[in-house]
Amino acid sequence: MYWDRDKECMDREELEQTQFERLQSTLNRVYAHVPFYRKKFDREGITPESVESLSDIVRLPFTTKEDVLANYPYGLFAVPLREIVRIHSSSSTTGTSVVGYTRNDLKTWSSLVARVLTAGGVTKDDVVQVSLGYGLFTGGFGLHYGAERVGASVIPASSGNTARQIQIMRDFKTTALVSTPSYAMLIADTIREMGIPVSALSLRYGLFGAEPWSERMRQRIQEALGIIATDNYGISAVLGPGIAGECMERKGLHLHEDHFLAEVIDPETLKPLPAGEQGELVLTTLTKEAFPMIRYRTRDLTRLLPENCRCGRTGRRMSRVTGRTDDMLIIRGVNVFPSQVESLLHEVAGGESAFQLVVDRKGPMDEATLLVEAGADPSFEWERRQTGVLAEAIRKRLAHDLGIALEVKLAGEGTLERVEGKVRRVVDRRML
Amino acid sequence: MLRIRNLEAGYGRLKVLRKVSMHINPGEIVTVIGANGAGKTTLLRTVSGLLNGKGGEILFEKRDLRNEPPERIVFLGCSLVPEGRQVFAPMTVRENLVLGSYVQYRRKRKAEAEEDLERIFGLFPRLKERERQLAGTLSGGEQQMLAIGRSLLSRPRLLLLDEPSMGLAPLVAKEIFRHISSLRKDLGLTILLVEQNARAALGIAERGYVLETGRVVLQGPSEELLANRDVQRAYLGVDLNGNR
Repeated sequence: MYWDRDKECMDREELEQTQFERLQSTLNRVYAHVPFYRKKFDREGITPESVESLSDIVRLPFTTKEDVLANYPYGLFAVPLREIVRIHSSSSTTGTSVVGYTRNDLKTWSSLVARVLTAGGVTKDDVVQVSLGYGLFTGGFGLHYGAERVGASVIPASSGNTARQIQIMRDFKTTALVSTPSYAMLIADTIREMGIPVSALSLRYGLFGAEPWSERMRQRIQEALGIIATDNYGISAVLGPGIAGECMERKGLHLHEDHFLAEVIDPETLKPLPAGEQGELVLTTLTKEAFPMIRYRTRDLTRLLPENCRCGRTGRRMSRVTGRTDDMLIIRGVNVFPSQVESLLHEVAGGESAFQLVVDRKGPMDEATLLVEAGADPSFEWERRQTGVLAEAIRKRLAHDLGIALEVKLAGEGTLERVEGKVRRVVDRRML
Repeated sequence: MLRIRNLEAGYGRLKVLRKVSMHINPGEIVTVIGANGAGKTTLLRTVSGLLNGKGGEILFEKRDLRNEPPERIVFLGCSLVPEGRQVFAPMTVRENLVLGSYVQYRRKRKAEAEEDLERIFGLFPRLKERERQLAGTLSGGEQQMLAIGRSLLSRPRLLLLDEPSMGLAPLVAKEIFRHISSLRKDLGLTILLVEQNARAALGIAERGYVLETGRVVLQGPSEELLANRDVQRAYLGVDLNGNR
């Protein structure tokens, strides 16, 4: 099943011509309307005209998350604010990034999500429960409008309150679940604990994204919920969900190449890698009006699969994202950088302190513990530590700034595991 | 059917087209819109061989047209309806049309040429009515029909139309656009339409390209371009508050 057969199965020659035309017009627009890109291109002596083929993209500079943060809030918009009809954003301690969409962007977005949903089995006869956060996060709204576009009956359940989610699922006869894979695991476990047989549910499909997962996890979810589970990929700075999605073959995610140009680079040398080799995914938008992105470094590790897919789609596939090039961790769907933890610790404890973030998954959800070593710094007040006040202060501060509750434990000096004299900051014991 | 990549063209030292790329699939109507001086006519003149491009490629059914003379390009099946009609005023309607059959006569297909002529009269009954009249005495709309009819007589597969609605009263322009639409339906033609009347052109085309000072700044399905605020303001006469 295809949502837009002509586009999804376009022959490669026409696809590449279309990509090139769209790349040229995108470059003409960002050069004329976004000072950030104009300055960056000028500095490197590049004009839109110096790109004469798709492979010339490598001559353009990268755009990073730091660039997006530095242009907060509207610096990278290519159209005046009055043409923006939707704003989303994501926050971290390093800053907040803001993305905008025009009316056309929203139409394109929902049609791309409709492709993902259709490839994952959803039709207009389905009842789709969107259990992703609605709000500034692109996930909930992105999937919601795509599902409406397909014509399905959409339940905006949002995230949280698992018992109620399950009640809705049973009473409303949900046939397709849209969530993060770990939340699907939690739902599966809760259903079992509540003693509800899977046969009491009408679920047939699950469409999961927003965090890395594994083939093993897919098998477990499929068995526990009796569904076909597909993976989909998106990143807010580029669009949100709808950039790539798996078809029924479940052997990699089809990129929507008529709307995005995908490269995989070596994160160290920044040179493009041949198809099939693992590296960092770099994306360029080809049709976005409000927030075009040129060579955005996603920091997500994947590889482009060179073979054609049996489903007939001509869009190349990327393998599931296996990790990040920076040390970012995703804990319960929240992005956490050890560097953020470090700077927060510094503020709360008033000095350098060695720490270790231990992440595990015993039940369905991630459990994270932060071990903080009592440093040599005299400002570490032993008494406060003894009473647990400091641990509590750190916990509160992390919960406030990172939006995630970690268990905080204080450890004696020199007790944390060291590799070549350095404390291992992250110990990820999760078996995905 | 037509694939253009990085086309550069101009007059003397004046650069008009700056790396323009576009394509047309068989059976499509594609429009190029843009303001005066954006390079629309230069584009059609370069494709039809009246002007030599300076760089890039123009592939018509996989054959590079860049060094072909104009008459050869007509022969290959790509015909231009020029801006301002360019009918031969002191000749009759019939004589003008017969000139368009030159390609068929060269191929010694006189009988077919005469059949084609009757077909054109079928498509444009007004031309039949004025068959013996001098072309210079026709109204603007009729002259446009004549110019289109003359181009069709070379039996093109791709028709290039340069501002067919220019200088026509709105109702007449509407009739011309209706005719253009039916050319595809009735004759299976592929059409590249260059227009200043963006609303009408996007109304009959599947896709469009927006040309600004020789560069493509936007392209996409017609309904997307019609919904784009820059297009609305610059070419559809919509003010900043969204009023027409």
